[in-house]
Amino acid sequence: MTLLEVRGLGVSYRSGGREVPAVRGVDLTLDRGETLGLAGESGSGKSTLALSLLRLLPAGTRVEGQVRWEGEDLLTAKWSRVRAVRWAGASVVFQGALSALNPVRTVGDQICEPIVLHEGATRREARRRAGELLESVGVPVRRLDGYPHEFSGGQRQRIMIAMALACRPDLIIADEPTTALDVMVQAQILQLLADLVKEERIAVLMISHDLSVLAQMCDRLAVMYAGQLVETGPSAQLLTDPRHPYTRALAGAFPVIGDPASRRAPSGLPGDPPNQAQLGAGCAFAPRCPEADADCRTGAVQLWPAGPGRDAACLRVLPDGVLPDGALRDGAAERPADGADAVPAEPGGADATGERAGEQAEEQAAPQPAAGTSAGGQS
Amino acid sequence: MSASAPASAAGPTASAGPAEAAPAALEVRGLTVVHPPRGGRGPARAVDGVDLRLEQGEILALIGESGCGKSTLARALVGLTRPTSGEVLYRGTPLRYTGSALKAYRRHTQLVLQDPGGALNPRQTVFDAVAEGPRLHGLKEGLEERVRSALSRAGLRPPEDFLARYPHQLSGGQQQRVVIAGALALDPAVVVADEPVASLDASVRGEILQLVLRLRDELGLSALVVSHDLGLAWNIADRVAVMYLGRIVEVGTVEDVLLRPVHPYTRALLSVLPGPDRGRRPTVLTGEAPDPTAVPAGCRFHPRCPAWAALDGPGREAAGCTVRELPVLTADPGAGRQAACHLVDAAADTPAGGAGTAGAPGGAAQAPGAEDGRG
Repeated sequence: MTLLEVRGLGVSYRSGGREVPAVRGVDLTLDRGETLGLAGESGSGKSTLALSLLRLLPAGTRVEGQVRWEGEDLLTAKWSRVRAVRWAGASVVFQGALSALNPVRTVGDQICEPIVLHEGATRREARRRAGELLESVGVPVRRLDGYPHEFSGGQRQRIMIAMALACRPDLIIADEPTTALDVMVQAQILQLLADLVKEERIAVLMISHDLSVLAQMCDRLAVMYAGQLVETGPSAQLLTDPRHPYTRALAGAFPVIGDPASRRAPSGLPGDPPNQAQLGAGCAFAPRCPEADADCRTGAVQLWPAGPGRDAACLRVLPDGVLPDGALRDGAAERPADGADAVPAEPGGADATGERAGEQAEEQAAPQPAAGTSAGGQS
Repeated sequence: MSASAPASAAGPTASAGPAEAAPAALEVRGLTVVHPPRGGRGPARAVDGVDLRLEQGEILALIGESGCGKSTLARALVGLTRPTSGEVLYRGTPLRYTGSALKAYRRHTQLVLQDPGGALNPRQTVFDAVAEGPRLHGLKEGLEERVRSALSRAGLRPPEDFLARYPHQLSGGQQQRVVIAGALALDPAVVVADEPVASLDASVRGEILQLVLRLRDELGLSALVVSHDLGLAWNIADRVAVMYLGRIVEVGTVEDVLLRPVHPYTRALLSVLPGPDRGRRPTVLTGEAPDPTAVPAGCRFHPRCPAWAALDGPGREAAGCTVRELPVLTADPGAGRQAACHLVDAAADTPAGGAGTAGAPGGAAQAPGAEDGRG
């Protein structure tokens, strides 16, 4: 059974008396041992998406659609069930490990806590396992009784990963895990995550604005713009041959050293992301898109097949699109029929939101997302 | 240090000889910054003997990990940190550390910091933020025009739309442009930028880098850009200097250093750049950024050096990386690419144990670290 299957996920916040959509109609699947990178700029909804999977969003947030964890919809599941999936099923590594770790408790204590709470282990067993976990992420066991401020940034991020691994999860959601780190430390963390995927068959959902980091780590990428997925497909292809103009802009932002095209020619994307409270008809990216024409400003876009295993939400990838050469059309035709991600789910999920509203209110009594990884928050 | 720039050392103005090179926009000679002991640790040699020149109209990227001393060097360059020894020269004239001399100096040399959100006062309008420098320097006449022009040059157009805004009403990219406008308002000749794009989104990054390039092309600005991002150097810099534990370990043109790196540290940095090529084997250095309170003897990189680790006993003995001090690289750009490495010196610019040689054609350009045969 598929580990994680997201269908028609929509998230909206209430702001100034109105609903502001942050995530719209997102479909994703992720299985054990798979790695998926979620890319986008600040405000694109990528972190909101990640937090909504484990119902870690704050009060007043409306979530619709389905988040199936091994077939079971977490959005409608009992609260106790969701708590069981957190840590033991899926755990989150946040960016900024200094603020996510509790400064007045030793790292050993913080790693032990979920083990004691979720696995019913004794303190002694938990401590032994915490030691093993520290070793496995390359921090010496003798540092178990150290406090967060005694560690470097890279070590703290390793400790966060050790903590995320405490209950042997099947999935790690890593939100910008290397953003504040140096290149060499970043490489160490990426290698650590890659080893975990290979050896433990853990699934990783990694979130970043840096397409090159995601491409290094993940098999597949999903690019998000204004709350929607605008392109999905195998990482290397997305990076080297993007179909969506926004993906192209992101891919161009981090140059390949040695590529004459980017020498003394940094590429940027003019303009700002749209205000999602005021999205009009047509493609949300059209106002910034260098290739947009009149059709783009009026026609609705959704993910369409854009080659084997690939989808893009751009009018230009349509078989009867405006691209002069037939290359894309052929690719689309060859695409295997299984394409689960090809068509966004019916917005039927919206029906269920009414029922869910009550449950959403209940869960507000539960820990807030900021406390998500500090072990205390989960108790 | 005196040998590095014989011509300009004699006459600071250097206007005599027609063929004479202009003095460097900025130069440091034997620069050392030692922070006093703290928390039971010894003194920290943050910058430990650096010679470096920034030519007029040049963009030089200073690359290194956190803790390598690059930010301290940047602060020393703009006169915010007084060097323990060595000197900073602006157009051939040594910087004096008196209040008035520093004030005059800072009109010409501006610092742009990372994290524009933190650099801007949340209660100051854009106008006041940009006008702060000119006001400090008593440039009251035409102040508004000066601010408008700076905003416009920084890409905030039309400037009228931004004058009355507060930082929270701006995007991250716009905030960084305001910080840059604040620097430009004094018409500086040199800008020292410390991680100018590290806190910005990928889409904004290119925009700001384009701005730096344009300022150089249109205003003849010289810029020293401090970063840990090698891609930034490829995007905008003319030359690159790689810093490790207080010293420059490799310096040269961007093409030489990034496409044909010879220092094992530069090679390792390049090999770990993330990218879609997942088959390659990066040289991931173990351990954390090095400690300036405990600088290793000999080559300061040897405890983490993969080339040194690959040597056998007799090879190590002969190389002497643990005992022989390395010379400070000269600041003279005419010296071409230089690397401070015993193993490179021994084999005449051939990286130790490496497959790619210094003279390799550009064909190996795609992923310079990829063919790294060591390890």
